[in-house]
Amino acid sequence: MGVARYIRDEKDAIKEVIYQSGIRVKPVYGPQDLEEVGFDYGSDLGDPGEFPFTRSLHPQGYRSRAWTTRQYTGFGTPRETNERFRYMIAHGQTGLNVAFDLPTQMGLDSDDPQAEGEVGRVGMAVDSLRDFEIAFEGIPFDRIGSGLTINANASVMLAMYQAVAEKFGYKKESISATPQNDILKEMIGRGAWIFPVEPAVRLVGDTIEYAMKELPRCNPVSICGYHIRESGATPVQEIACAFEIARSYIENVTARGIEPGAFVGRFSFNFNVYGNLWEQVAKFRAARKLWARMLREEYGITEKKKLFLRGLFGGGGSGMTKQQPENNIMRGAYYALAAALGGAQTTALCSFDEAYTIPTPRAALLSLRTLEMLMDEIGLRDTVDPLAGSYFIETLTKQMEDKIRAEMDRIRAMGGMIQAVATGAIQREVARQAYEFEKALQNKEAIKVGVNKYTEGDEPEVELHAYNEAWAEKQIAALKELRRTRDNREVGRTLKQLEQVTRDGKNVMPALVECCRAYATVGEMTGVFREVFGRWQEPSLF
Amino acid sequence: MADKKIRILIAKPDLDGHDRGAKVVALALRDAGMEVIYSGLHQSIDQILTTAMQEAVDVIGLSIMTGGHLTICRKLFARMKEEGLDHVHVVVGGVIPKQDVPKLEEMGARGVFPGGTPFSEIVAGIQALFEPETV
Repeated sequence: MGVARYIRDEKDAIKEVIYQSGIRVKPVYGPQDLEEVGFDYGSDLGDPGEFPFTRSLHPQGYRSRAWTTRQYTGFGTPRETNERFRYMIAHGQTGLNVAFDLPTQMGLDSDDPQAEGEVGRVGMAVDSLRDFEIAFEGIPFDRIGSGLTINANASVMLAMYQAVAEKFGYKKESISATPQNDILKEMIGRGAWIFPVEPAVRLVGDTIEYAMKELPRCNPVSICGYHIRESGATPVQEIACAFEIARSYIENVTARGIEPGAFVGRFSFNFNVYGNLWEQVAKFRAARKLWARMLREEYGITEKKKLFLRGLFGGGGSGMTKQQPENNIMRGAYYALAAALGGAQTTALCSFDEAYTIPTPRAALLSLRTLEMLMDEIGLRDTVDPLAGSYFIETLTKQMEDKIRAEMDRIRAMGGMIQAVATGAIQREVARQAYEFEKALQNKEAIKVGVNKYTEGDEPEVELHAYNEAWAEKQIAALKELRRTRDNREVGRTLKQLEQVTRDGKNVMPALVECCRAYATVGEMTGVFREVFGRWQEPSLF
Repeated sequence: MADKKIRILIAKPDLDGHDRGAKVVALALRDAGMEVIYSGLHQSIDQILTTAMQEAVDVIGLSIMTGGHLTICRKLFARMKEEGLDHVHVVVGGVIPKQDVPKLEEMGARGVFPGGTPFSEIVAGIQALFEPETV
């Protein structure tokens, strides 16, 4: 859940404050602290918009442009999801972040026996291009970009996104999509993996290479410290793991003879905001600096825009509590404040009912309003990086930076991220952290309001999103109809071609786009990969 | 059962990959002296039951976060009956709305521990299944 540990004396005075990252916070900070950590304005901060971008990617921060809001949205069939997309856009949302149901994320068609009970439950069900045609109907692709929260078969969804955009008359060069496409984090937390590590990373590499050549406005990967943290990692581990994962993807693509400068500028990140306010702000500032430094010093990239740590800072699901769920409205507002003070470029907020299930429209709208309030009403657009120069924040940012760097070194000493994931070393550490944190919560060293302090008896009833089993029936009926009416010879031909390029080690993306255009299903396309690659065997953790 | 360790299979059924809770509970039960086997992700009901038989566990602990707990448990209990596994206790954890707790118990769950249940309660709840009944 992510709050600091507080050691108190018998009079409730706080004696020790220990952040999740292990940093001990002093009661007072002053100029001598900056001196002690060797703080230097030029090299540690630089002006906003200047290397190393600690303060902001842009010279004027939110003055020139407010953050993009992208609430995670999707449920039922594409029809229900399309209605919710339009609802959110009509209420001021400026981007989309598409939630897919588990069968889609696992590459199963809606009528697969393993999909039973899950169709349209935690996200929208997608079987073919026909579903994207419905889901994105009336969405201005040239103005609204979409995050596609899918990983193991993100290549399939990116291909489908291109196919639907072209079908709607947009040029592929004009569309902006961000498939999540971070399979290594999926193996550490969140768990929607299918294929073994090596071919799974190859698919990530294929999408990066393809986007670089064909989809210049797409961000082919969104590396998610977010879910690693949701799984129990500290904020330091969250950033360190993300950057080492990024290194793995960079190396996969450079091994194809491509210069990092040709693609790394399109990488994006997804980081978490829950927990202690100051620790999160320092984390985001340190992360921007470290990423720019890593790319410049280790990969020789100098062009400013390619050094930007771009991404979504938001969510905070693990911070939300089932107990006293309305508290999550306020909690979310503080998380949003952390994201804004940390200079988030894009954001989203978990809704107050999300400890239970996916949000109702009212809850989703409250989240959006929370984000809008910060930008339009409370003053977060007034001046860039308002906490800069604070003795405490600058000291903490330096400390976070040092810790993240040390953690990155440690992961590399383990043989790198791919190795650490394959052996389960990282997963074991993250599970251990989660356990330790849970213990701190249960013995009240860490406090969650409404959970282990200021508790009340029965929880108030809140209106919840209800799953409708009729969605699955509708989706399956539409899928059966599609299989009957499409040109099945063309489907067979394109799938055969996909299999050939997959086996030959060629880039799978052009073949996937053709499969999508022929209305091949997600299950069929992913099935080709399953056939060729097999299934990942999780390392034993206990 | 006093001198025999309780053997429990912590299992993640079906497609969901959110396993933080399952792993944390696995570690807590192990610290409480139980022998814990963790199934790993994406397990079908049959795979879970096969593991349960091979490992000769006393308890199956299901962790379900997606809202699919009623469907999953209905399937599980039906298959357990067919396999003659009625002697294995089943407990359920995860995102379980309050109104579903009696429904799960009616199906045969011997304990329901929604997210946030203290470790001590989970441990006591499982241990209680093996205490001789007092008359």
